[in-house]
Amino acid sequence: MSIIIDDDTKLVISGLTGREGTFHGLRNRDYGTQVVAGVTPGKGGQDVEGIPVFDSIADSVVEANANTSMIFVPARFAAASINEAIESGVDTVIAITEGIPVMDMMPTYWKAREKGVRLIGPNCPGILSPGKANVGIIPAQFFEPGRIGVVSKSGTLTYQIGNELKQAGEGNSSIVGIGGDPIVGSDFIDILTLYENDPETDLIVMVGEIGGDAEERAADFISENISKPVVAYIAGFTAPPGKQMGHAGAIISGSSGTAQAKKEALEAKGVRVGKSPTEAAQIAVETLRAL
Amino acid sequence: MDLLEYQGKELFARHGLPVPEGSHAATVEEAVAASETLGYPVAIKAQVLIGGRGKAGGIKIAADRTEAHEHAGQIIGMDIIGPHGEGPFRVHELWVEIGSEIESEYYASVILDRSEKKLLVMLSRMGGMDVEAIAESDPEALVRQHVDPIEGLDISDARDIVARSGIPEKVADQVASILVKLVEVARKEDATLIEVNPLIVNANGEVILLDSKVTIDGNALYRHPELSELSDGVAEDPQEAMAKERGLTYVKLEGDIGVLGNGAGLCMSTLDVVAQAGGSPANFLDAGGGSQADAIVDALEVITSDEKVRAILFNIFGGITRCDEVAKGIIEATGRIGLTMPIVVRLDGTNSEEGLALLDAAGMTNLHHESTMLGAAKKVVELAAAETEKN
Repeated sequence: MSIIIDDDTKLVISGLTGREGTFHGLRNRDYGTQVVAGVTPGKGGQDVEGIPVFDSIADSVVEANANTSMIFVPARFAAASINEAIESGVDTVIAITEGIPVMDMMPTYWKAREKGVRLIGPNCPGILSPGKANVGIIPAQFFEPGRIGVVSKSGTLTYQIGNELKQAGEGNSSIVGIGGDPIVGSDFIDILTLYENDPETDLIVMVGEIGGDAEERAADFISENISKPVVAYIAGFTAPPGKQMGHAGAIISGSSGTAQAKKEALEAKGVRVGKSPTEAAQIAVETLRAL
Repeated sequence: MDLLEYQGKELFARHGLPVPEGSHAATVEEAVAASETLGYPVAIKAQVLIGGRGKAGGIKIAADRTEAHEHAGQIIGMDIIGPHGEGPFRVHELWVEIGSEIESEYYASVILDRSEKKLLVMLSRMGGMDVEAIAESDPEALVRQHVDPIEGLDISDARDIVARSGIPEKVADQVASILVKLVEVARKEDATLIEVNPLIVNANGEVILLDSKVTIDGNALYRHPELSELSDGVAEDPQEAMAKERGLTYVKLEGDIGVLGNGAGLCMSTLDVVAQAGGSPANFLDAGGGSQADAIVDALEVITSDEKVRAILFNIFGGITRCDEVAKGIIEATGRIGLTMPIVVRLDGTNSEEGLALLDAAGMTNLHHESTMLGAAKKVVELAAAETEKN
């Protein structure tokens, strides 16, 4: 198994007719993902290299049995597209678009939760389940099928770690980019839970970076709810402390959001943290082989 | 984007929030003229994006023309260091406003709570001081209330927050209506942080917003043309100004090793491994996804315009980014700006072999190739140290 996307994924892509949407949509199809539809209002009836285009996501659910939506439309229109997807009948929405205003994402986040639709992103590279399906922009050639689940805020850093795992002879059940925006549809905790319940995942690698307190919350969650080993990497130890604008941020999170604070929070709960992507990959491989 | 105090107050005023009357000044003469028009006493306030201005001598009260002249002259051009050693921030602008007689000082803020995915309103009857200290020593004195993400904050919710704060009944309605409007400002103007400290009651019993700290979501600036035109006054550093002009994500640091990576996560990670190898990065530069040769030329020009830089590290893991494009950019930039300092390149991922072949064919003697990120970090640290010895 894998999580969120697999052989049964039937993908509809909002923004398929755009330049980037076409490029990545076709790459996803070439990988083996069932790309069943594209959506561009007013372009219903056309097709992109044989992929039928519909006027709405709901039409693609009825006509092409789409069950997963990918959002690849420009930032100004992306929240409206995500909202459309949430209402359309698909059960998963993966939003790649970068730069969506956070005040747009706030009601959208709550709408997805209310409707029970799984939202990944925005501002994320998507999800890859090696050997099964690729939804988004993750370069699949650097990953092999295997038993390590990866969840990450950062795209390129994920590729770095995935590639180190591959070179060490290990692969992945899935790779999930949750995105680094202040409000993302799914947090570390949501994805950790899915990996915990996935029989084909034996170990989880979690890649975090400075800002917010998602890693600290994940640390608490891991100690109580995750039985599988978790190895972490945090980027940003040498990042300069941002200009402080007031103190409200520090008060609410109770955490400074620094890489050091995150590392300490994770280690306090027994999660091993690699100093570099290379070391994190090494720890993951050693731990996996000792299981 | 962070707003200066007066920009935040102008934003407040547009939403009908009570702020002291005032005027912007960029010179001593303008400040004196503004003081004369407003009438004494006036507060002359340095406009910089850092807290602790009062303690640093950046806020002064003038009782007459002579004092206004004197204070404005002292404050313009002064360097303000933040409470945690930030800066220095040079003062280029002043805000001159009518002096307020302060009866009470409160604290109010509206902030995006990332953990809860909601706006959070905080209110305290103990304002004007270090609110973090209050939160720690007397948590009861700081009332916190999340805002419904769909409906916003209504007046009865706001009255409840005020009642819990222990703010006196006679100003409760004013404070409640201010809270409602602050939430409205956050939602309509895409502000992820609004902090008012202090929120004061003056001698006439009027509640006034005496300071402002406002952060606007940069992703939403397209729908706030009046805000996006404001200069944020921070890109004073020549490299940062140059990077901004060219649309690069660049942060200046203190060290001597120029760093270029693709993707913010990988770039941050590169800084970390350079530091672990004993080096000191000169910058953070995220060349972004899909970097074309021109972008690499731009990036190298920005990095090398920093005179402290002794060696450069390229750490590229090509996903969307094609390593051959990066290689072309390195070769072109080296030729164009006559670059002789050592460059260490680690190219992995999409088209890395093509990229490395191009670099080999160019026969650059100052170019070193390493196959791993850690090896590259170690190499660049050695080379930078050797360059420093030479000079």
